[in-house]
Amino acid sequence: MRMYIGATGNISPQHTLGQSSLPAELAEYNTSRLKCIEPDYSKLIDVKYIRRMSRIIKMGVAAALRCLKDAGIDNPDAIITGTAYGCLEDTGIFLQKMVQNKEEMLTPTAFIQSTHNTIGAQIALLLKCNGYNNTFVHRGFSFESALLDANMLLEEKAVNNVLIGGVDELTDFSFDVLSRFGLFKERVTSNLDLYKTPSRGSIAGEGASFFLLKNQPSSNDHAVVEAVSTIYKPFDSNEIKEGIQSFLKEQLISITDIDIVITGRNGDEEGDKIYDNLKATTFGQASIINYKFLCGEYPTSSAFALWLAAGIVRNGSMPHVFINPEKKQVKHILIYNHYQMIHHSLMLVSAC
Amino acid sequence: MSENVYIAGIGVISAIGNSTADTLRALENHQAGIGPITSLDSIHRGRLPVAEVKYSNEDLGKLTGLPSSISRTALLSMMAAKEAFEDAGENAFEGLRTGFVSANTVGGMDKTEDFFSEFVGNPQNGGKLRNVVNHECGSVTELVADKLGIKNIITTISTACSSSANSIFFGARLIKHNKIDVVIAGGTDALTKFTINGFNTLQILDEKPCTPFDENRRGLNLGEGAGYVVLVSEKVAARLPKNCYCRLSGYSNANDAYHQTASSPEGTGSFLAMKNALEQAGLQPSDIDYINLHGTGTTNNDNSEGTAIQRLFDPNYPKMSSTKSFTGHTLGASGGIEAVFAALSISNSIIYPNLRLTTRMEAFPFTPEKNFLKNQRIRHVLSNSFGFGGNCSSLIFSTI
Amino acid sequence: MADLKKQIIEQLNLQHITPDQIGNDQPLFVEGLGLDSIDALELIVLLQQQYNIKINNAEDGPKVFSSVRSMAEYITANQQA
Repeated sequence: MRMYIGATGNISPQHTLGQSSLPAELAEYNTSRLKCIEPDYSKLIDVKYIRRMSRIIKMGVAAALRCLKDAGIDNPDAIITGTAYGCLEDTGIFLQKMVQNKEEMLTPTAFIQSTHNTIGAQIALLLKCNGYNNTFVHRGFSFESALLDANMLLEEKAVNNVLIGGVDELTDFSFDVLSRFGLFKERVTSNLDLYKTPSRGSIAGEGASFFLLKNQPSSNDHAVVEAVSTIYKPFDSNEIKEGIQSFLKEQLISITDIDIVITGRNGDEEGDKIYDNLKATTFGQASIINYKFLCGEYPTSSAFALWLAAGIVRNGSMPHVFINPEKKQVKHILIYNHYQMIHHSLMLVSAC
Repeated sequence: MSENVYIAGIGVISAIGNSTADTLRALENHQAGIGPITSLDSIHRGRLPVAEVKYSNEDLGKLTGLPSSISRTALLSMMAAKEAFEDAGENAFEGLRTGFVSANTVGGMDKTEDFFSEFVGNPQNGGKLRNVVNHECGSVTELVADKLGIKNIITTISTACSSSANSIFFGARLIKHNKIDVVIAGGTDALTKFTINGFNTLQILDEKPCTPFDENRRGLNLGEGAGYVVLVSEKVAARLPKNCYCRLSGYSNANDAYHQTASSPEGTGSFLAMKNALEQAGLQPSDIDYINLHGTGTTNNDNSEGTAIQRLFDPNYPKMSSTKSFTGHTLGASGGIEAVFAALSISNSIIYPNLRLTTRMEAFPFTPEKNFLKNQRIRHVLSNSFGFGGNCSSLIFSTI
Repeated sequence: MADLKKQIIEQLNLQHITPDQIGNDQPLFVEGLGLDSIDALELIVLLQQQYNIKINNAEDGPKVFSSVRSMAEYITANQQA
């Protein structure tokens, strides 16, 4: 069923908190590590609670609170989060102490903050929300799974709204480890030029993007999420093409109705080949824009893409940073992203 | 949306048995799986009892066909998921949309711990990358999904101790919404130094075998294992070669919203989870014949769960027991393992004992069962899973 | 006691409080500073790490940690030479 985005809250490596669409001034990075631009949390969260919150929890809570404020509600009916890595910083802290202290004199705070569901749980605790609360931790599908759960809840009419978020952080440890896997470029002149000279690797990112989804429309809605679909380990590019075509067909929409395709192109020459292929064969005349130069690569980055799409359809036109000579009214956006060529996701977003 | 969801297959591995048949025998013979730490090199060895699965990674590798060098969490998951799939008659699912919804809390942490000790002094080169390639909870799920050949819908849930209860009812809803025809759902967790030390810092571990719902209980014992059920729609159930075990008739998820780790004294989250599951199933408290308690054995949990039970069931209490007295607390796997126990309870008309119970809790007018009971009239079983972060889930299983 | 207050603030991540804001006899738990069971466990580790004092029974916690003064007195009474 259709899900209406009533509000958003987004902490990212761009100046996005408090904004419903991409601001004109973009943050530029000269390294392969993009870091979230964070607010002064003491202004958003009661200091009594902050002390028990590591960075990712603060990011998630702040983005969630901003979203609820934007929606004008104190308490959502349900809270669902998607996070692939969970609370890495505290996991690292506890592991490090465990190794260095040889299992002696360990303290509980880092351990209890390390569990994946802590972000969603802390939001519930702060709001005293007894409603449905779930956390998905499935790599590049973590956010999409959360969307699926929200969709079913809203269709069941068990709830009228769902607060949903995609959150992942980058820590020194995780950046070091992921770098050793060769995921990131060794030299980056600027994230804004990410696609200019394709080479191996991408740029690392992180973010916390929250949405209030509803099953009934209202006049202030940002956008409509028409459908979400995933493809796991497609056999070849044909399976992806067929997946996109049947996805659109099920929504009774054709590629000619799509104004913009937002892709997860991330600057990695191998992984980006599929986007070239689809541009030539499947995306028709739709304008194609990419988002990972703004937020970096991370498993739940599709949440940032959804935020971007919602902002574009709400405004009716693309932000200036993307070239759009036709300046046509934007009504339908297709988001197609893959994470490490394993997790492919599709979202159809429309104007209200 | 279709109405009923059936359990067509079950699979379980824990400290009390490496298969469903072994497990049933142990339950009937009151044989708990709690003993000293043998597999982990920890300073707590010799002090803290745990409930270890009695297979080494080498054994598990041979039995599952997965490399024995991968995370134990994945190996345990494969054992139980494979058993469940075969039990349901996997060949009957040819051409059907099949999903795998798993859950765990530790992911590949057993391997990450080894990596970390070398990494921390030397981030550029220390530690073998192959030990962290499957660190993520979702990676463990994919190792098993790939081996089973499942790819339509795959996901992983992690909500502490309620994880696999949530994965089971998420799987059921996928069927009801016609997004999938068959789903293997449940969870897994392996013992790791990370969790043993983590729980130790909270001082809720018992230095002896645990005594859930006993007035003088001292805490919980950590365990490991995996439990999965195969969920199918009514249409698919009709074409299977053998009868299904039971239906999943009710489920609910609520949040206690009281404290990060402690449960509220009123048992708010537990109460809401049980009450809403009953409503969802269209049942009254008096319809429940057996409660498989979350029953970890900590002062706080048993008190909170007991209060919630009193609020809901007083004055007529069904029989109840905590099977964690057998298996220890298997964290992310507990909901899945206990779902298998619930299915067996209904299909075999049995109730499990709450081992080592000597003095019932003074605060409550009920006493868990001390003996294994046969020939019971079991129409509906309530299974509770309450976790850190206030995540409370209850499942109701019913006769067909 | 001034040092102890600094250590408490650091161990419990009480970013919003300065040592002079904690009264010597102010209740630390439930009311006053409003600490909870997790904080009690953290304080047990603090005693071990900074003062080499082990509290073996968590139930002794509330008495020992009722105020900064009671903590200081306990430390003085139990500190290993």
